[in-house]
Amino acid sequence: MSPDLVKTIFGRLTWDAIPLHEPILIGTFGVVALGGITVLAALTYFKVWGYLWREWLTSVDHKKIGVMYIILAIIMLLRGFADALMMRAQQAIAFGDAAGYLPPHHYDQVFTAHGVIMIFFVAMPLITGLMNLVVPLQIGARDVAFPFLNNFSFWMTVGGAITVMLSLFVGEFARTGWLAYPPLSGLAYSPDVGVDYYIWSLQIAGVGTTLSGINLIVTIVKMRAPGMSLMKMPVFTWTSLCSNVLIVASFPILTAVLALLSSDRYLGTNFFTNDFGGNPMMYVNLIWIWGHPEVYILVLPAFGVFSEVVSTFSSKRLFGYSSMVYATVVITILSYLVWLHHFFTMGSGASVNSFFGITTMIISIPTGAKIFNWLFTMYRGRIRFEVPMLWTVGFMVTFVIGGMTGVLLAVPPADFVLHNSLFLIAHFHNVIIGGVVFGMFAGIVYWFPKAFGFKLDPFWGKLSFWFWQIGFFFAFMPLYVLGLMGVTRRVSHFEDHSLQIWFVISAFGAVLILFGIISFVMQMVVGFMKREQYADKTGDPWGGRTLEWSTSSPPPAYNFAFTPVIHEIDAWHDMKQRGYQRPTTGFIPIHMPKNTGAGVVLAGISVVVGFAMIWQIWWLAVISFVALVASAIIHTFNFKRDYYIPAEEVVRIEDARTEALRSLA
Amino acid sequence: MSAASHDAHHAHDDHEHGEGGAHGTLKDYVIGFVLAVILTAIPFWLVMADVLPSHQMTAVAVMGLAAIQVIVHMIYFLHMNSRSEGGWTMLALVFTLIIVVITLAGSMWVMHNLDTHMMAPAPHEMREVP
Repeated sequence: MSPDLVKTIFGRLTWDAIPLHEPILIGTFGVVALGGITVLAALTYFKVWGYLWREWLTSVDHKKIGVMYIILAIIMLLRGFADALMMRAQQAIAFGDAAGYLPPHHYDQVFTAHGVIMIFFVAMPLITGLMNLVVPLQIGARDVAFPFLNNFSFWMTVGGAITVMLSLFVGEFARTGWLAYPPLSGLAYSPDVGVDYYIWSLQIAGVGTTLSGINLIVTIVKMRAPGMSLMKMPVFTWTSLCSNVLIVASFPILTAVLALLSSDRYLGTNFFTNDFGGNPMMYVNLIWIWGHPEVYILVLPAFGVFSEVVSTFSSKRLFGYSSMVYATVVITILSYLVWLHHFFTMGSGASVNSFFGITTMIISIPTGAKIFNWLFTMYRGRIRFEVPMLWTVGFMVTFVIGGMTGVLLAVPPADFVLHNSLFLIAHFHNVIIGGVVFGMFAGIVYWFPKAFGFKLDPFWGKLSFWFWQIGFFFAFMPLYVLGLMGVTRRVSHFEDHSLQIWFVISAFGAVLILFGIISFVMQMVVGFMKREQYADKTGDPWGGRTLEWSTSSPPPAYNFAFTPVIHEIDAWHDMKQRGYQRPTTGFIPIHMPKNTGAGVVLAGISVVVGFAMIWQIWWLAVISFVALVASAIIHTFNFKRDYYIPAEEVVRIEDARTEALRSLA
Repeated sequence: MSAASHDAHHAHDDHEHGEGGAHGTLKDYVIGFVLAVILTAIPFWLVMADVLPSHQMTAVAVMGLAAIQVIVHMIYFLHMNSRSEGGWTMLALVFTLIIVVITLAGSMWVMHNLDTHMMAPAPHEMREVP
């Protein structure tokens, strides 16, 4: 075949794109392929494909979608954490004559992939998953406002994750850092496919994130049970609302700025080039207008989890409910006024830098108020140190340290010293691990019995907590020290041997965290094996206070046979106090949305569009894009979207629950 | 939109409809359409017939008319008012405006300040950058 023809058919894709010369990647590929084949074979052997497809993959049930989001996040956590271990190992050994085992171009991909995966495909699916699982139950709704859209959003997120994973074995990933600043990410300095993988995976996943944000806002605003006014909403629902408002307001900025970057790369425009009037600093400015709210998108739901956990395990009403709500709203708005603190050193004048420095410091006020509220909730409470509470207390200690180094970084002159140093790396891992990760883990352990009907194993849960907590301090405190000594981030080789000991300590901490992750998975495995022993038959295993604990564990598909009526902030606690009787008669058929495979199809085609655009296979891009639009239109002609759960079925489920509750009493 | 949610929240929905009523009449649509046409025709006329003394004034006028056009669309086609959906649409609009103003004004302030302080090099100098 002529080279021209080959280029038309395959675009930039050649055999060179398969990294046969990289033993590490081939090894990884071998392991992933072997694992994948084993899983697929097991699924086929046990004949669960049909079940998976009907009950999970095509499901529009918010609970199942929430669970699938969390599974995605845990799988991607393993990938992102493998990257972290590789970096820690490289930095622990690459001193002087020793070059380490990662060549710089590979190391650069590893730190970029680590950041992108941890933020977009671990932290985001964790919060979206938890919000999906819990919010409709907390507000007494039967599903989210747009159930199909929810399924579609999930699969678009998976599509983005698949695109990132593809870059491991076909071509390469960006070598630009997780925000892909131009001019480095422009065509002149990154002519290969790495940045294109970055752009398209984020654009595909971004569709899902934005749509699920809209979905959850509408759900919270429109579908609350009667009587649940805004100031009677559970705090987790409040923080979810604010987080989703931030998603809807800020993700379009990311989409637009990435679209401009792709236009620079594909169409030859000059928005962010050095040349022809382009301005790379505009990219930095715009991406942080998204990027700063993003960190609050992640941490607000975690604050919500801590509020629920603290009040449940202290057996007390949350201290300062309304101040908590106002603090959340204030953080939501302030998070839009601080973005410049990410680039104080870019060269703005004193007036700009001091404005953004001060707004940044102001954010610590509502956040501090929240910490005090949690402490006062614990004060004179009957505290039970179950695993979710451990994560919460660990969070309070860790996060406060991270918050204080954050205020330190908010001082522009200090930032000029610490900018881009390992001090910054230590700071944001301090708040993201201590805040978001601990929060999500607390939430998973807390709501797991609600989702599956049995508790997780507390021994492995406690082990996981202690490994994470101690491992965190070993891994990141040395980075504060190194940062203060002036060591910059993203360096794969050092000359100064006196620094090595700090990196070795840090690598040791990373290994402890590895044990933490293994224990985290083990608590699920052991919990599953002992599920009879840990079974939750009451539906209220922790003595909960909010509405989700009034349902059975796991809740029926329709959540609530009758929509509850709300009188108090802690609705379920209030119902228990007033001697609430479950209705046992008078059930009627329940109208529910039907499962559909359209989300899987649309997201699958989107991945093909992305792949074709990355490798510039234009014919495939055109065909798959047309197919994408066509399938979306075809889906609109699917009128069989709902069905009724017959009254007899509802009676059967509710009677079984009545029986189960009676046998307990 | 799930019908399920409708069933589940029947009482709630009725309540919302009572204070909402966000469905336009034919008269509203016609007024909106005529206004939109007029507001589109004026900028065309300003540009085509070179009415105003300077290009800059024309540009400002066109942008001003565009802003009015946005408001007309919101009121007559998107039925924006302070009452619909219990005030939620208005709240969403106000929030959107705040974010847009922060983004635009902030970016202009930051970038202008930066430009003055960094004494941005001329394009031909930037071309020499490695």
